[in-house]
Amino acid sequence: MLIFEKSHPGRCATAQAPANSPEPKDIPTNLLRQSALGLPEVSELEVVRHYTRLSQKNFSIDTQFYPLGSCTMKYNPRSAHKIANLPGFANRHPYALPAQSQGYLQCAFELQTILAEVTGMHAVSLTPMAGAQGEFAGVRMIKAYHDARGDTARTEMLVPDAAHGTNPASAVMCGYQVRELPTGPDGDIDLDALKAAVGPQTAGIMLTNPSTLGVFERNIKTVAEIIHQAGGLLYYDGANLNAILGKVRPGDMGFDVIHLNLHKTFATPHGGGGPGAGPVATAERLTPYLPMPRVLHEEATGYRFQTESDCPESIGQLSAFMGNAGVILRAYAYVRLLGKEGMHRVAEFATLNANYLMVKLKEAGFTLAYPTRRATHEFIVTFAPQEKKFKVNAMDVAKRLLDADFHAPTTYFPLLIPECLLIEPTETESKQILDTFAEAMVMILQEAANAPEKLRDAPQTLPRQRLDEVRAARELDLRWQPTAT
Amino acid sequence: MSKIPNELKYTASHEWLREDDGTVTIGITDNAQSLLGDLVFVDLPEVGAQLTAGGDAGVVESVKAASDIYSPVTGEVVEVNEALNDSPEQINRDPYGEGWLFRLKLSDNTELDKLLDAKAYTAQVEEGESH
Repeated sequence: MLIFEKSHPGRCATAQAPANSPEPKDIPTNLLRQSALGLPEVSELEVVRHYTRLSQKNFSIDTQFYPLGSCTMKYNPRSAHKIANLPGFANRHPYALPAQSQGYLQCAFELQTILAEVTGMHAVSLTPMAGAQGEFAGVRMIKAYHDARGDTARTEMLVPDAAHGTNPASAVMCGYQVRELPTGPDGDIDLDALKAAVGPQTAGIMLTNPSTLGVFERNIKTVAEIIHQAGGLLYYDGANLNAILGKVRPGDMGFDVIHLNLHKTFATPHGGGGPGAGPVATAERLTPYLPMPRVLHEEATGYRFQTESDCPESIGQLSAFMGNAGVILRAYAYVRLLGKEGMHRVAEFATLNANYLMVKLKEAGFTLAYPTRRATHEFIVTFAPQEKKFKVNAMDVAKRLLDADFHAPTTYFPLLIPECLLIEPTETESKQILDTFAEAMVMILQEAANAPEKLRDAPQTLPRQRLDEVRAARELDLRWQPTAT
Repeated sequence: MSKIPNELKYTASHEWLREDDGTVTIGITDNAQSLLGDLVFVDLPEVGAQLTAGGDAGVVESVKAASDIYSPVTGEVVEVNEALNDSPEQINRDPYGEGWLFRLKLSDNTELDKLLDAKAYTAQVEEGESH
């Protein structure tokens, strides 16, 4: 129910109503509104109840297991929020002088240093506001590097067919043509196809490793050699860094430029609530092109933001100041809480949880997309056999999981695998939660055979039942309008 | 099992092609529409556009995914199925009939020999299903 539908003529939240506000003068009559404003007329208590109830209908990481593959919906520690909200951080004006911002600048500088170390890269810029902007920055740097060398005939960016849709989009935004690479039967890049695709026109390749298929690209060293020999550069999409954090470093795999999703791997708030953060990191030869500003440290003067004269070759500024300060601080608190000793445990438990759940589901009769491969931090189940036999699909499974009080995994991505569920439990879940989730999945598998209507009619326990997605897409209507009186 | 009419030619990327008098008609296969699910949006090429074999010709979008359409052959677009703009579901209902996408004037007849016949395309679909 919309708050407009709760409206009663004349009702008002008096405590919120402006008192003694002067009548504005000098507004021409033709610009004055003739009709009523059309705001909902409700009491303060009604407003409180309405929005509290709406918030209770949310599925969220604070209330439910949220195994949304490729999104790393891990718990965001409260202590990181608390630290970011300390008055000295929260009340700092973005134009405050460096001398008055040494604490914040030191945190940002140390985060740059820690992210560079844990990824094996030379330097980090925290400026990009989200993953997609990080990708754009990364590809722009690749272009800036080739252009600076007069190497302007490189027009193609290679992107595997399993990539996130943002990869080809970022390449096109930077003026490249995208060449798609096929995946081999075991989930690795098809090396023969790669060899056939590279040439003097190759600007680079955009890779996610582990890939979106939930497997580690085993030939990454060979891929890096092939690309580098052709004069191209390697871009690392950090979407799945959680699987390897503290264990394997993109820089050691041969990547030249990477982006990180702080809202995934580094436990900052995520999704529609964001805001995100997509820092970029570079190998030494690309560092001059990093987006500005970075935070610099000099013994004599302390910490300060870079200015244009520090980095004349920078691709420029991507946000008004330097990314989202609150998000950067949360990520900083998170990495300091983990410490060097704790960092690798993220990857160990993320992959242990995924492999435990994968084996449990396999033993219960689910079909794995890559049964011969070990899972990374996530894995893919395909419901194609059940779809054929019982006429229930992956979306039905996802909806039925909501009835069991679990957020659904990612469905129908990656596109290569029909009727797929991409399941990522993350390291912050206990064995008991994984077991309960597996039980719900097994129940659904049995229902698919014995009572398929329970899947097709799901969800039954939520405030809204199955939504008509087709009609919603074909007749998009997001605007509430008052009924004519 | 999806329908794969014998008289048509096919691509590995799931387009079909029918030879008419001097032009060819192109659409997506029954198997493709069933994999994509309910279509909600179609982006068609412009009449007069020059398409190349294997090059982008448009986009079909379903509630699950957006997918590029590739032109099976090189040629000039002479007609597009405007009715799909309002009712993309025609592709789901009748992929080989009312759901056709566009017509081309062929540049090079020999390109037709490079396309798959119904038997080869059936084999490809079956291999995909056994994955």
